[in-house]
Amino acid sequence: MSKRVAWRKIWRKDSVTTEQPALVVDHLTKRFGDRTAFSDVSFEVAQGEVFGFLGPNGAGKTTTVRTLGTLIAPTAGSATVAGIPLTRANGVEIRQRISVMPESPGLYLRLTVAENLEFFAGLYGVRDVRSRIRDALEAVNLAERSGDLCGGLSKGLRQRVGLARALLSDPVIMFLDEPTSGLDPVAAREVHDLINVLRHRGVTIFLTTHRLDEAERLCDRVAILNTTLRTVGRPTELRQQLFTSALVVKTVGPLHDPGLLFKATPGVLSWRADDAGAYVLSVSDPRVAAPEVARALVGVGADILSISEAQHSLEDVYLELVDEDVEARKR
Amino acid sequence: MMALDLSRVAAVVRKELRDYRRKRSIVVGMLILPAIFLIEPVLFVFLGAPDPVGDPSYRAPLLLLLLIPVITPSTLAAYSVAGEREQGTLEPLLTTPIRQLEFIIGKAAAVMIPSVGLSYLVFGIYLVVVRLFANPVVAAGIFNEGPMLLALFLFTPLLTGWSIVVGMAVSVRAGEIRVAQQLGMIASLPPLGVVVLMVTGVIAPTFTAALVFAAVLLAVDVLALRGISGLFDRERLVTGSKASRP
Ligand SMILES: Nc1ncnc2c1ncn2[C@@H]1O[C@H](COP(=O)(O)OP(=O)(O)O)[C@@H](O)[C@H]1O
Ligand SMILES: [Mg+2]
Repeated sequence: MSKRVAWRKIWRKDSVTTEQPALVVDHLTKRFGDRTAFSDVSFEVAQGEVFGFLGPNGAGKTTTVRTLGTLIAPTAGSATVAGIPLTRANGVEIRQRISVMPESPGLYLRLTVAENLEFFAGLYGVRDVRSRIRDALEAVNLAERSGDLCGGLSKGLRQRVGLARALLSDPVIMFLDEPTSGLDPVAAREVHDLINVLRHRGVTIFLTTHRLDEAERLCDRVAILNTTLRTVGRPTELRQQLFTSALVVKTVGPLHDPGLLFKATPGVLSWRADDAGAYVLSVSDPRVAAPEVARALVGVGADILSISEAQHSLEDVYLELVDEDVEARKR
Repeated sequence: MMALDLSRVAAVVRKELRDYRRKRSIVVGMLILPAIFLIEPVLFVFLGAPDPVGDPSYRAPLLLLLLIPVITPSTLAAYSVAGEREQGTLEPLLTTPIRQLEFIIGKAAAVMIPSVGLSYLVFGIYLVVVRLFANPVVAAGIFNEGPMLLALFLFTPLLTGWSIVVGMAVSVRAGEIRVAQQLGMIASLPPLGVVVLMVTGVIAPTFTAALVFAAVLLAVDVLALRGISGLFDRERLVTGSKASRP
């Protein structure tokens, strides 16, 4: 496992103190004029955690990364990044401790792989530039390509150069903004493998994605964002939480006033009609809610076809949580 | 208080020079103008009638030569930010610890070095050609213009500086590199007015005048540099607008 050896060289355990969280975000909001990119977002990320930031396009993921990466200033709220309060004055110090891989890797295409890394090593004030670059390239399996012009690399390889660049400075936190978007499955898989290696080395990773399977596969915890934070939890918890908390109600004909009915039913938190004409109810406990729902339906004289516990996948959870046309709402 | 980390500035300069060297349109663009502007003054040396020493016509070619430090850097400077933005490299660069001022100075120095180098090289060639090949009367006439030669020497980096500041300002705001280059070039011309006034004799070309105007140009450059530094706010560079703070 030469890859692992290389990572070990890169990751310096002593740069991390395990007590304080790597990231504390407290009621953070960013508005552009009257357009809200994200609002009232709070969460913590522990050191060594791979934290997934999951949300559809336009949810505010990139803006969050830019804000925490000190590129843009929050409109309200506060945060602590790598132990340092997020203020304008602390920008240099914070940036020294983190690395950010933006949505597109942004390499200088007329420079070679090594020259690109050399530039960033200079900006971070890295010592032992040559060995550091070699280690970073070995870590992403690109050692033999160090003399290639970046303009001649495939998208997947460029992404790997971007990852190598993010590793150069031995960051306390790595922010990866949709690191696999636009990659073919093989290249995406390679990036996943790299992130898994990093996770085992204990690097804190803040990973944004709009892909559920990616979040589920890679992350210790996942936050679901759609302008506001919808939920945070371990992927299994999230699934469980929603797996057991929905009922699907089918009736022979449409209900006269489902809103009024379900609102008055004990144990039902919310409801929606799905495409097939069934009613999907969010409930706190199905064993309490199901009989209540049955009684209520009978009470209004509805013809019940079935009442069943929903077989929610994490995808359903996700879709339900983000089920709003954010883009349209903002326009 | 803003400390400068010179190693970061140097990293920017090294990267920029590498990148420029490998962009054909930049190299050609940089070399073509000086070559053209050198032709006329050299022809003047050979074809010009040997006027008596002190004739103002000896000063005209110098004006043309001073177009080099004005125009050459504006092309490069216009590319400096717009080019990064177009390549998508601006954002990763800004996520590093580099400070606003280090970024500006690194970018400016990377334009200054080749532009001033090239300008002095062309003047050198011109003066050598005059010394070696010109009619002795013409040569004497040109070397007699001491104040103008001093002005040439002093104004070159200062005009370059102005051009760079203007070009970078335009580069930040312009959506397109080409637009930035054209606007930048036009906007960098006004300080040449001083040279025109000296060449035409409206302002007597004395050593004092050369020194005074050099000082004025320096002050203008410094003020302009300060003026544009607000444009290099990270948020503005990334999103195109400055954050309205609560
Ligand atoms: N510079 C900006 N100016 C105005 N609105 C912006 C800007 N950047 C992002 N937004 C808006 O903020 C919202 C979140 O965008 P973004 O953070 O890019 O989402 P994501 O990365 O999750 O796709 C979108 O509605 C987007 O249009
Ligand atoms: Mg995004």
